[in-house]
Amino acid sequence: MAKKTALYEEHVSLGGKIVDFAGWELPVQYTTVIEEHTATREKAGLFDIGHMAEFLVKGIDAFSFLQSVLSRDIRSMECGFAMYSTLLYENGGTIDDLFVYRLMDNDFMLVVNAANQKKDWDWLLKNKGDFEVEFEDVSDKTAKIDIQGPESKSILQKLTGDLELPERFYFIKNKIKSIEAIISRTGYTGEDGFEIYCDNHDAVDLWRMLLEAGKDDGLVPCGLGARDSLRIESGYSLYGHELTDDITPVEASIRFVIGKEKEFIGSKVVHEQIKNGPSRKLIAFEITGRGIPREKYEVQKDGKKIGEVTSGTFSPTLKKGIGMALVESETVSIGDEISVIIRNKPYEALVVKRPFISYRGGEK
Amino acid sequence: MNIPEELKYTKDHEWLKIEGDVCTIGITDFAQDHLTDVVFVELPEVGDRAEAGKTIATVESVKAVSDVFSPVTGEVVGVNEALPDEPEKVNEDPYGDGWMVKIKMENPAETEALLNAEEYEKHCESGD
Repeated sequence: MAKKTALYEEHVSLGGKIVDFAGWELPVQYTTVIEEHTATREKAGLFDIGHMAEFLVKGIDAFSFLQSVLSRDIRSMECGFAMYSTLLYENGGTIDDLFVYRLMDNDFMLVVNAANQKKDWDWLLKNKGDFEVEFEDVSDKTAKIDIQGPESKSILQKLTGDLELPERFYFIKNKIKSIEAIISRTGYTGEDGFEIYCDNHDAVDLWRMLLEAGKDDGLVPCGLGARDSLRIESGYSLYGHELTDDITPVEASIRFVIGKEKEFIGSKVVHEQIKNGPSRKLIAFEITGRGIPREKYEVQKDGKKIGEVTSGTFSPTLKKGIGMALVESETVSIGDEISVIIRNKPYEALVVKRPFISYRGGEK
Repeated sequence: MNIPEELKYTKDHEWLKIEGDVCTIGITDFAQDHLTDVVFVELPEVGDRAEAGKTIATVESVKAVSDVFSPVTGEVVGVNEALPDEPEKVNEDPYGDGWMVKIKMENPAETEALLNAEEYEKHCESGD
């Protein structure tokens, strides 16, 4: 049976259209994807991300354990910092992509994809070895609400008053009114914003408080549809699309998640790929005329198949079809023309820089 | 929900306006409301053959691709040239400016099995 987040009834009463997503009943949209997308780009959007899973990793070896399983080098990570990383198999294939939060020196939180919760948990346990480390899955009691968009800071400040909010990629543990929360200056939309974690029991109150605080600033609740079109415009990977068991982060063109000066599970393969070049790479492209690329559509160069679309959408901001594709490495570079096969017809497309839309929040 | 009396309907949420042996086809108010923002419409060309039950056009929202099935067999004798530039007309005026294709029917008796407005309304309420 599909699971419900603590905010399910809120979504229903707000008119959210509920769909099954990774075993969770979540709203795909409340009004339209374009309205919600545009609100987030121009004002602010509120997202229920309660389906994502949170693991605590504690113990005197927590840091060295995570260094050994995560691809990213977390040596530079101070307490109060959050970092994007991947978890890899020995062969370099991606188990999951995740966010690591350093709560204290020996105390971390991993935020992982709902669909990969069990796979990740089993992998961590399997690789515990002699590390003195303990795991706790706190997903069932943890809610996550994202507020994203240029107005999100001023909306949140209506509830937090004089509290100094964290800078990008930092987080604080603090109360929002009476609610204990982790307030993280991170997100998945390419806009300034916050990801807020709290106890499930407080989720409805926090959700309502935020909506009320932002109602005159254009804040609207947003569904998974806008979340997806926003992340594609921002060039962010989604597990199951740009990253899979079979795709390494080097192939997915996110080398920044690879620690080059450390060994970790999968490092042999991905270090080798960095050195000699991977046989496949992820590109971003825009359809030149009309047409919307979708996952699995074939990508051609000069009439020959070079790969497949991993994610595609109509971009509400650019008002054209955009997508990402995994292609043979040496075939194309930025500025080249390719074709995307849509219903058996080739549509001209241009290889462009990823992301389509650069991060628009300030750095502070 | 708007379901004009004078039109015929399919269970797949297409409407037909029948004038002699030519019918005009589009998608219903119910269909456009479910799709929400229509951002792309692909139409056949005049002269193409339409076959009952086969895809005659495609409409896409930000998230989804939906086929429009031809309810009848015949020849495409007109397409709404404005739609590719203004796909939002499907949302704004599904029974008017949002029309898609005109087909000259080979066998107008094919339309006898289609739903009338009352039957179509019941079909929508049944949740399909």
